[in-house]
Amino acid sequence: MATQVFALIPHAGGKADDAALELLNAAQTLFPGCAPTALVLGSGPSLGAVATEVAAAFPEVWSFNQESLAYPNAELIRPLLTKVLPAGAVVMLSHSTLGIDLGPGLSVKLGAAYLPDVVGVDGVEGSLVKVVRQEFAGQVSAHVQADASKGLVISFRPGSFAPATASAAGTVVDKSAEAAGLTARRRFLEVVQAEAGDVDITREDVLVSVGRGIGEQDNLSLVDELAEAMGATVCCSRPIVDAKWLDKGRQVGTSGQTVKPKIYLALGISGAFQHLGGLKGSPFIVAVNKNPKAPIFQAAQVGVVADLMELLPELTEQIQKAK
Amino acid sequence: MDILVCVKRVPDSAENEISVAAGGADISREDLVYAVNEWDNYAVEEAIQIVEREGGSVTVVALGDSEIEESVRREMAMGAEQGLMLVDGAFTGSDGLGVATILKAAVQKGSYDLVLTGAQADDGAAQVGGMLAALLDYPYASLVNRVEVAGKSLRIGREIEGGSQELNEIDTPCVLSIQTGINEPRYVGLRGIRKVASVEIPVLDAAALGVDAAAVGQAAAKVRRVDYFVPVAGAGAEMLTGSTKEVAAQLVELLKAKGGIN
Ligand SMILES: Cc1cc2nc3c(=O)[nH]c(=O)nc-3n(C[C@H](O)[C@H](O)[C@H](O)COP(=O)(O)OP(=O)(O)OC[C@H]3O[C@@H](n4cnc5c(N)ncnc54)[C@H](O)[C@@H]3O)c2cc1C
Repeated sequence: MATQVFALIPHAGGKADDAALELLNAAQTLFPGCAPTALVLGSGPSLGAVATEVAAAFPEVWSFNQESLAYPNAELIRPLLTKVLPAGAVVMLSHSTLGIDLGPGLSVKLGAAYLPDVVGVDGVEGSLVKVVRQEFAGQVSAHVQADASKGLVISFRPGSFAPATASAAGTVVDKSAEAAGLTARRRFLEVVQAEAGDVDITREDVLVSVGRGIGEQDNLSLVDELAEAMGATVCCSRPIVDAKWLDKGRQVGTSGQTVKPKIYLALGISGAFQHLGGLKGSPFIVAVNKNPKAPIFQAAQVGVVADLMELLPELTEQIQKAK
Repeated sequence: MDILVCVKRVPDSAENEISVAAGGADISREDLVYAVNEWDNYAVEEAIQIVEREGGSVTVVALGDSEIEESVRREMAMGAEQGLMLVDGAFTGSDGLGVATILKAAVQKGSYDLVLTGAQADDGAAQVGGMLAALLDYPYASLVNRVEVAGKSLRIGREIEGGSQELNEIDTPCVLSIQTGINEPRYVGLRGIRKVASVEIPVLDAAALGVDAAAVGQAAAKVRRVDYFVPVAGAGAEMLTGSTKEVAAQLVELLKAKGGIN
């Protein structure tokens, strides 16, 4: 299949995101021998630096430099890409908050198939693109195929492909004029930074992390007692913050904090990728979950299939005695 | 403000151990606990709160088989006065675009200023809202965690990486996909469900919606799930076994050795 492959490059502060090289690897794995084009959108001189950086990895870079693109507003990017991309193109995105915003509508406007949050690829057969996805919060995987004969928009889960090595001497094509006069019915105003919480969990070496499996707010005392016995700090998964049981600053994950502890105790946490995305530095993970199939057991070094209500008091008591 | 909220009935992945049925064609459906998709409860709550402030109406729509009635009634019990069910054998096997195509027809049967969906559902695709907006040619915002009405437009917050909030102004009519945590969905008791038990919920099929049955369903789907599988496990965790006392004792030793007890 003579496919033209494009990758939308996320970037910030004049530097390409890690996703750039991950997308390149995904492109080369899915379409061996393809010469993917990088799409770099933004505003000002820092965009030139991004384009140059990306040209060291991609054979061609299309650069769109316009004031209106200073912040990545999917409602502006979508009509722009719909206008400039050739029929039947394959567009690769990162499954980030921008990818989620942009991708589904882009596939509709291009008349292309949409494959979101892809974690692996199985290959291409004629116009069928075969990939691996996860469903039910990562409890099962699925082989999924898309008919890409009219094009394809495909988004990859961050971190699911290793970065490719940058070894191109690509050319940068200035396409800024194509992006002139863009308007949208959704206007970006500003970014409000997340508030700092009551503790800084990003600096802690030992974290006791609690998830929805704790069941009720009152049960959090069992977790506090364990953490106190260990001399550790309590953090949590998202549902605990959504329920307002703990401060947002204690949430680990892509929409929370990125932590780098030495030891991470995951209690009643299923192991969604958005949660694990906030765990860096290869900590020693101990997971306790009543479901032996919980994905967290794939990420953990040590696992226990148990009910928190039974294990936590016993564990706390033994630790107190052992000290 | 007249608001349509799209909801989905899903196996509750917090309550179930999901496993693959023999052959991989489906997950095992026996003994599954179903619920309304977590994100959708926040969408319905948000719609109700907007209408409490601004006036208007909330309609809840679901697509599927007759089982969805339970889900629609549960959400109506939260305080949505109207329900709508989209049921037709021809809808079975629709991909995201198929679902969005059917919902588009439902949107156009009514007159709504705002269409809400959950940010994602059980398949984690996070796609239907964005596709629906594109089909309707409405502006769209995903992962919305704040909505304020400001005349003909809305001021909205989108959750972005690290939990920061991206503020936007968006014109109506529009489609928003709602992120968890935007509000605290109200509790629905048996009494609430009983209250709406006799409210009539229209059921529309492809013909009633004016949807071309050939444009949706399995045959029209560009994206198809071939099978479910459980990936060959990597190293995985070393599993500790024994009585609660024994397991706790092993954990204490491990944590001590790794410097986890201070
Ligand atoms: C854009 C986006 C961003 C997100 N960002 C984040 C983020 O930053 N951080 C985050 O954590 N999530 C995030 N999420 C949500 C994420 O997808 C999951 O929904 C969430 O991580 C699930 O939290 P959990 O594991 O606590 O709950 P669940 O997935 O419900 O898991 C609960 C677990 O507890 C177990 N359990 C239940 N009862 C017991 C018991 N008595 N004893 C032992 N185990 C028990 C269950 O078997 C289950 O595995 C995000 C989602 C989206 C769409």
